[in-house]
Amino acid sequence: MADLSAQAPKDSPQSLEDIRAQYTEMTRRKRLYGGLLLVLFVALMVAGFRTADERNAGSFADGYQRVLDYPTEVLSEAAEKVTQLPGHIVHFFPALVETLNIAAAATLIGALFGTLLSLLSTRGMARWPMLIPLFRRIMDISRAIPEIVIALVLIFLLGGGPVPAMIAIALHTAGALGKLFSEVNENVSLKPIEGLSSVGASWAQRIWLGVIPQVGPNYVSYALLRFEINIRASAILGFVGAGGIGYELKNAMSWGQGKYDEAAAIFILLFVTIVVVDQISGLLRDRLTHGQRTRTRKSSRKGATA
Amino acid sequence: MTVMDLNSAPLKGQMDKLFLKKRLLSLAVPAVILAYLAYVCVTFDVAGLWQRASLDNARTLVSDSYSYKTHVTRDNRSGEVSYAIEGERKGTYPEGMSPEWVTPGDTTVINLPDGHVVRFGPESVEYDIPGYGLVTATPSRGRGVVTELPAGDVPDWINVSKNRLAITTDAGRLTVTRNRAEVFRYFMGWELFFFTLDSPYHGMGPLTLAQHAIAGEAGAIWNDFWTNKMWQHRDVAWALGETILMAFLGTFGAGLVALPLAFLGTRNFMPVRVVRFAARRLFDFVRGVDSLIWTVVLARAFGPGPLTGALAILITDTGTFGKIFSEALENVDEKQIEGITSTGAKPVQRYRFGVIPQITPVLLSQLLYFLESNTRSATIIGAITGGGIGLLLTQAIITQKDWEEVAYYIVLIILMVMIMDWFSGWLRRRLIKGDAGGH
Repeated sequence: MADLSAQAPKDSPQSLEDIRAQYTEMTRRKRLYGGLLLVLFVALMVAGFRTADERNAGSFADGYQRVLDYPTEVLSEAAEKVTQLPGHIVHFFPALVETLNIAAAATLIGALFGTLLSLLSTRGMARWPMLIPLFRRIMDISRAIPEIVIALVLIFLLGGGPVPAMIAIALHTAGALGKLFSEVNENVSLKPIEGLSSVGASWAQRIWLGVIPQVGPNYVSYALLRFEINIRASAILGFVGAGGIGYELKNAMSWGQGKYDEAAAIFILLFVTIVVVDQISGLLRDRLTHGQRTRTRKSSRKGATA
Repeated sequence: MTVMDLNSAPLKGQMDKLFLKKRLLSLAVPAVILAYLAYVCVTFDVAGLWQRASLDNARTLVSDSYSYKTHVTRDNRSGEVSYAIEGERKGTYPEGMSPEWVTPGDTTVINLPDGHVVRFGPESVEYDIPGYGLVTATPSRGRGVVTELPAGDVPDWINVSKNRLAITTDAGRLTVTRNRAEVFRYFMGWELFFFTLDSPYHGMGPLTLAQHAIAGEAGAIWNDFWTNKMWQHRDVAWALGETILMAFLGTFGAGLVALPLAFLGTRNFMPVRVVRFAARRLFDFVRGVDSLIWTVVLARAFGPGPLTGALAILITDTGTFGKIFSEALENVDEKQIEGITSTGAKPVQRYRFGVIPQITPVLLSQLLYFLESNTRSATIIGAITGGGIGLLLTQAIITQKDWEEVAYYIVLIILMVMIMDWFSGWLRRRLIKGDAGGH
């Protein structure tokens, strides 16, 4: 070993000095680029903040002391009328169920369409390989549309209510999950599919028996994550007139002072729901995808260090 | 050879049971999904949806999003005739100017497609409909609108009453009331998209425009386009910029705030358990208070605008990033830090060269991934707080008639999100070399 490293510089045309010079030069250039990027980034952040501040109705300097005013008002009023809170919570519970239903139905429908789109756009399992780019573009576009755009247009066509929100969220979900699902599909072993097609299975049979069992846990895990996101989305869409807890929140807020206890009840409901669903789905997801793998990895690492 | 010794019957029984279980499960899951969807259909009253759905609205929306109409209006009292695109003041033809399919004079002759002709005479209004005949309507103070129709039954596309006549054909639409007569003629496309009528460049082809531009009028041409009163290109560009700005400030601001906090929530960097617990609960709290609630609270303090949106994104994502970053930090390889320590590095250097290089790929890819998704969030938050393209979109939808603008904004939003998606992916690939998975 010592011999080898001692001989190496002699054999190579470059001397140690050259290598060192080159190395320091490279590091310096790297640092310079890094520094320039950092300066650019900071400049962008500062300029961006100042532009945003300028174009805002109220400035940051005036507003930041007032950030806590509204929560304080709401909370103090809620504290005064704390006896009414349980009543409000019961009263708004159906609206919460509607919001959850919108999210769940949209996730389900979106996941079904996402599955279909992802299967149709993965090489090796597509029904019509020629049309793969078409289905990919469909996914890209439906993923790019913010839910609110579809929801507002559908509210005009179908009237207010949960259905426009459900369709809007489902459409976006189909695109978003479709992309994640097709990434899962890329890693699927194609052998079961080949085996099934060799015994004359149809496309649907190949997918149902050869692909779905392989991808199922990952699909469910991604769908659960999406469900969390969709609860938030469905609350927001309620705010623009699609029913559910968001709609109630908007009403409670427009009443203003004197009705803040209702707003507080809705805040509490929304907060608790989101936290609870996050926790449950986190646990489920962990068990679905990481559970076994992390355990084995950890134990093997422990074994290696010991 | 123990396999041969085994009695295969219990094994087969087990297998049958397993198969039965799997088969039942594969039937039960779709059944549960179907049952749930049926329940949702009932609670959401999907059956009643068709009654509530407005087909007229759908028709207006679709036709208006790719076509426009020009109004020709005569005030029956003064006899003045005016021409306006979409009936808006911003689209009114200047005095003495008229569309080429109208012949002004004592009798204004309006040519509609397929040989339909409307004449605004001094006394009466005539509509010559090929294949049907001549309809004459005479508005007067005392007797309302006196209408003469060809003999026979009144078709359902003509609506006659004492004070009003309305004819809707494929060629256009005529309405006569006591006070005014009005003709709509429909055209394809988005008129006035480039130049409004008061601009000298209205109606010029691209070649003529290029000639004018070369002749030194490029600035004026750009100015007329940029300040177009109908399509407000300048305001739209600003709105798009504001939306992207909200996403940019929110995402990277959240990253900057979350990174130091993330250290507090990790097992390997934060030995004090109380602090660790507090930091984690803070992340959960901030994430749990949805961006909707943050938006509402912040809008009270800062008023509508891009700053409010940026801060709402910043606060919500601080929770998410805090969680993701602390997980990344807990997975950091200790060996690299030990190696740096063994060279006598001080704590700051240990973090700089031992920790940061390990988490930078995760950090950057998450930040860039969120940048794209926050562009969408910024559109939504803008619609609630009033800022960016989201505000323009809601305003255009609320008027319920500028559907061509709605269509335009939707196209812009989709393009914006797709470009941000592409851009963040490109940046991710450039900054994180050798990261084939992307995320």
